[in-house]
Amino acid sequence: MEKPILQIENLTTSFKIKDKYYMAVDHVSFSVSENEIVAVVGESGCGKSALALSIMRLHNNQRTKIEGEIKYRERNIVTISEGQMNQIRGKEIGIIFQEPLTALNPLMTVGDQIEENLTFHTKLSKEKKRLRTIELLTQVGIPSPTRTYDQFPHELSGGMRQRVMISIAIACNPSLVIADEPTTALDVTIQAQILELLKSIQKETKMGIILITHDLSVVAEVADRVIVMYAGQVVEMGTVKQIFTKPLHPYTRSLLKSIPSQATNKKRLHVIDGMVPSIVNMNRESCRFSPRIPWIPCNAHEESPELHEVAPDHWVRCTCYKHFYFKGLQRGEITNGIT
Amino acid sequence: MWKFILRRFFVMIPQLFILSLIVFALAKQMPGDALTGISMDPRISPERIYELREKAGLNDPWYEQYGRWISGIIHGDFGKSYTHKIPVTEVIAERIWNTVFLALITLILTYLFAIPMGILSGRYNDTWIDKIVTGYNYLGFATPLFIFALIMLFVFGFSVGWFPTGGSVSSKVDAQTFEYYVSKLHHVILPALSTALIATVGTVQYLRNEIIDNKFKDYTRTARSKGIPDNKIYTRHILRNSLLPIAAFLGYEITGLVGGTVIIETIFSYPGVGQLFISSIGLRDFSVVTAIVMMLGFATLLGTLLSDIILSLVDPRVRVE
Repeated sequence: MEKPILQIENLTTSFKIKDKYYMAVDHVSFSVSENEIVAVVGESGCGKSALALSIMRLHNNQRTKIEGEIKYRERNIVTISEGQMNQIRGKEIGIIFQEPLTALNPLMTVGDQIEENLTFHTKLSKEKKRLRTIELLTQVGIPSPTRTYDQFPHELSGGMRQRVMISIAIACNPSLVIADEPTTALDVTIQAQILELLKSIQKETKMGIILITHDLSVVAEVADRVIVMYAGQVVEMGTVKQIFTKPLHPYTRSLLKSIPSQATNKKRLHVIDGMVPSIVNMNRESCRFSPRIPWIPCNAHEESPELHEVAPDHWVRCTCYKHFYFKGLQRGEITNGIT
Repeated sequence: MWKFILRRFFVMIPQLFILSLIVFALAKQMPGDALTGISMDPRISPERIYELREKAGLNDPWYEQYGRWISGIIHGDFGKSYTHKIPVTEVIAERIWNTVFLALITLILTYLFAIPMGILSGRYNDTWIDKIVTGYNYLGFATPLFIFALIMLFVFGFSVGWFPTGGSVSSKVDAQTFEYYVSKLHHVILPALSTALIATVGTVQYLRNEIIDNKFKDYTRTARSKGIPDNKIYTRHILRNSLLPIAAFLGYEITGLVGGTVIIETIFSYPGVGQLFISSIGLRDFSVVTAIVMMLGFATLLGTLLSDIILSLVDPRVRVE
């Protein structure tokens, strides 16, 4: 087992809405090791991005409360000062955002925006910084790096901008990169290229990656471990193999069943009824997924659901997985979710 | 770029033409003409007045009068002022620099107030400093300039006596000396300050909202994710993006100021184009009035052109061809 770079213990992020705090990330714990890709999946509004921004402490701190521990190399970064945090942001932990169209400053050249990172974290001379930036642009597969260096973001395509974002994130060789839905805004062919790129960079730098996505095909392709989040909580956690071959939690199974597949000629896609509850009015006591599987009897759920280790490193919340079946199928009929 | 500017100048021709028609029509609609005043004089016979009108071409149909007027303008001749008995261009030339000077000082003061206030209240929004600035803004929006200017004139001109109450320069100093320029500045400060204190609120509010808006933009988050200290985030990222619309608005701001001097010059008896405009209306000196309106119209068009040019210089996304 490699030593973890990042260890998150009971991380709770609450947002202030009308003078009250509501948990968007609810006691989440996991760790990321060197050379590992941990995928965080879930529908929109499950708290995935809130989690990513909490690790970087990029939330508006007037309206956000972060509790628990985020240990970066044994050091709790929840409590350190903003100045100390700035030494970690960009240098130790990089982040790639999902919207490459708006995530770059429209008034600054691409080169300047990458160099900024080097300016604040290294003592490189002007010329060295320029060389390093061009090297980065080459590394992320930009065809004419010296030209792109002087271009503005609006002159680049979405895929190119995402590559620029990646080069900003990796400029200082961070040991952890958080990729917050890096491929969501891109078309499918570019998505594959970006994922390939992330993997190849990882091979060179041995960095850990937290990949936040709602695209399960992406997860199957690149991730080592998977964390399934629902309504701010971790509902299932395990290796890619465990999650894809033996999914347990009803939510995980529903998600996997919702993947359109060419192999089976099903006419209709599987749809999970209802939607993710809002953080303001959500029943936090019982199993949070229960309103969306009303055909499962109440006594199948735990009183206040906990994570259970069902196999080594495979965790599931609540007991309802033991009783779950898809509506329309007979109880006991074998289904692993990937039908 | 030059092609763009040239093209914009060509577009101005029909705009100015339409403006000239409207200005002329409005001037003709006003009761009386330059000879109305002397027609009250019993020593001058109505026949003589008629003769004078005939001589001045005031009895001709409007299109003939308009034709004479517009062809004069094309040749740079705005006609002769009836009251000053000299060409209109000379009357305006005597005063235009006073107005330009006043407008310039006002503009400088406006931004001198607006930029720090906007930055402070935008950056520290919802704190006491922001509340003071926004409170000032509401007051500024609610205060009519002509009342505020009168109060300023009364307090600092008459009561305290720090500033002169009229004119553009003291009569005791010789032209072209150092004292002369000091005196000019001394005369311009009170009217400029009065206008700036009121005119600044629009820019303050705009800048404040831009900063608050940009604070939560995605690119700002990207910048913060690089570990850049807060101060640097403001100077390098937020300010540049927030000042962009302000810079682009500069051209319009100038236009507004030139128009605004009409009131302020009258209140402060400042001999500029604005004051000339008001007095010429009173005297029915239409050749001066129409010339000033045409000039203001041209300044407006120039202002919008200037705004477009500034925007294309500061925003890489806007390129004019």
